[in-house]
Amino acid sequence: MRTDISKIHDNSKWTELTPGNHVYGGGTSKAFNTGEWRTSTPVLDESKCVHCLLCAPVCPDSCIPVVSGKRLAFDLDHCKGCGICAYQCKFGAITMKEGK
Amino acid sequence: MKDTIEIRWHGRGGQGAKTAALLLADVAFKTGKYVQGFPEYGPERMGAPITAYNRISSEPIRVHSNIYEPQYVVVVDESLIEPVHVTAGLAEDGAIIINTPKTPDEVRPLLKGYKGKVYTLDAKEISMKTLGKNFPNSPMLAAIVAVSGIMEEGPFLEDMRQSYQHKFAKKPEVIEGNMEALKLAFREVMK
Amino acid sequence: MAIRERLSGNEAVAHAIKQINPDVMPAFPITPSTEIPQFVSTFISNGEIDTEFIPVESEHSAMSAAIGAEAAGCRTLTATSSCGMALMWEELYVAASNRLPLALALVNRALSGPININCDHSDSMGARDTGWLQIYAENNQEAYDNFVQAYRISEHKDVRLPIMICQDGFITSHAVENITLIEDDLVKKFVGEYNPEQYLLNPEMPMAVGPYATSPYYMETKMAQNTAMKNAKQVILDVAKEFEEMTGRHYGFFEEYRLEDADYAIVMIGSAAGTTKEAIDELRNEGKKVGLLKIRVFRPFPGEEIAKALAHTKAVAILDRSEGFRAGGGPLSAEVKEHLYDIQATTKAVSYIYGLGGRDYTVDSAKGVFAQLEDMIENGAEIPQYQYIGLRQ
Repeated sequence: MRTDISKIHDNSKWTELTPGNHVYGGGTSKAFNTGEWRTSTPVLDESKCVHCLLCAPVCPDSCIPVVSGKRLAFDLDHCKGCGICAYQCKFGAITMKEGK
Repeated sequence: MKDTIEIRWHGRGGQGAKTAALLLADVAFKTGKYVQGFPEYGPERMGAPITAYNRISSEPIRVHSNIYEPQYVVVVDESLIEPVHVTAGLAEDGAIIINTPKTPDEVRPLLKGYKGKVYTLDAKEISMKTLGKNFPNSPMLAAIVAVSGIMEEGPFLEDMRQSYQHKFAKKPEVIEGNMEALKLAFREVMK
Repeated sequence: MAIRERLSGNEAVAHAIKQINPDVMPAFPITPSTEIPQFVSTFISNGEIDTEFIPVESEHSAMSAAIGAEAAGCRTLTATSSCGMALMWEELYVAASNRLPLALALVNRALSGPININCDHSDSMGARDTGWLQIYAENNQEAYDNFVQAYRISEHKDVRLPIMICQDGFITSHAVENITLIEDDLVKKFVGEYNPEQYLLNPEMPMAVGPYATSPYYMETKMAQNTAMKNAKQVILDVAKEFEEMTGRHYGFFEEYRLEDADYAIVMIGSAAGTTKEAIDELRNEGKKVGLLKIRVFRPFPGEEIAKALAHTKAVAILDRSEGFRAGGGPLSAEVKEHLYDIQATTKAVSYIYGLGGRDYTVDSAKGVFAQLEDMIENGAEIPQYQYIGLRQ
């Protein structure tokens, strides 16, 4: 049975789809680079960031990784540039820049 | 179908490419033409690539398929040139109009060997100057009207004023800015 | 040793369910199928089976829960009739397109309105294009036997489509008749365990069921679904053969009754076929060459096989127990005629509607149809090509 969905694309033949279009494997949305849709990009000013971590939970695309109590760089493969993180930041550490 | 002008728009969700296609249909309709203006519908997503189409003809239009061999292509967002094959099927005696601060000679190498006419327009600059915000669709609408010659500048602007007066009845303060954007774009794109 | 019993059609299907002991049954009661979930609930409370029964607040929820349970990896069924099935409508398509092989015990009843609780086939015929397998029964025995075969067909890896096991409301569902039951252990062995390759509750392979499919995928998905329906034909025959080896009872796509040398034939579905057989025997005694083609499998539609079985006759009457409202006949007549045309048969085909909302169909009804066919062919009589049987006019 076909289970490798990474081989399925817009030009796949009908015999190459999974039965019922079932999607196999976990976390498959990682392979979908929604960052391509971005028309403006968040920029972090490290000197202003106090790692309050208010930005991470409001990101609709989970693009702000947090490790050991500190936020890391934006995941720009998936960030759609919505700007919610910049709006949320109380310290002016995130600004939105035009373009990718 | 030989009298039909076919136009394909490339934009991103939220930039108004679909609205521009519908406005172009409005404008052409007022010249007495038969028109179609339609988007290729998918899940609505801000920023995702979208396509919209126009057919403009002196005869009734019966075809209801997408457009694969347009005479004109309008690219509302220049970042689409790389991921989307914007010149696919575009007639060599047609033209592509791209929203970019670059010159036609600067963007031509990115167009996968397209040999027809290339027009560029800095719709963002015009929009920022006239409206104070980046709404590229009004300038791009004026550009396609100018390039395709669907309508003369004078009647086009008069029709658009009426459309805006209707559309922006509740915020008339934006009408002049939009009119200015159209005028600037109409002349700028032909330079 | 086969077990001789007397059961109603609903009892017969409930007995098959008891023997199969499926994992999950969500259901909402509606006449005339209500008894089936009632019986199953009783089996559960008596500790005879360990099926998880889910009382839901509507048929839409019943089918939704059945879809969820089947996707999770459980052998699932529900039961309904008429408007209950109408409320399942969108979910019927979801079950089929998601390739979930659950079973539905359908007890055919007329759709409203006018509101009516009696038998016709408008409920399942309306769902004929939903992508479900549909198998019909003439009597309680066939309803039972079909249910025993159901999961073997639906769960087959080449098929994986939901299956509707249909019987006529009240006429068979509530009529107690003789029946031969199969021993529990034989049924269990025949049906086997359900071991889907992939299922939602499998921690080894997470999966998502029912994703959005844009235009570049949708038609390809439908083709795959239709191919599964096509594959079901061989599977249905294979399962029937195995069933025959176990019970001695033969099943195919349809039953031909004295059809081989018949000049005139009736094509129909369900309990009225037995009545027609009686008429055929009486007419045969008078020297009339008449026969019957009783359809068992309606989805997939064995059109070519049906057309070939009818091609030698002079005329056939196709009897629908549901209106198609195309102002020209019901769905069965449309499909049979299509296939007669395909093989360029010279057989004349006439469309009839009978038995709507429980209107009785008698031996004399069948005789009247045969008399019309004969009159049309022998005497050149012009008869209506689309008519209602037993209509007051």
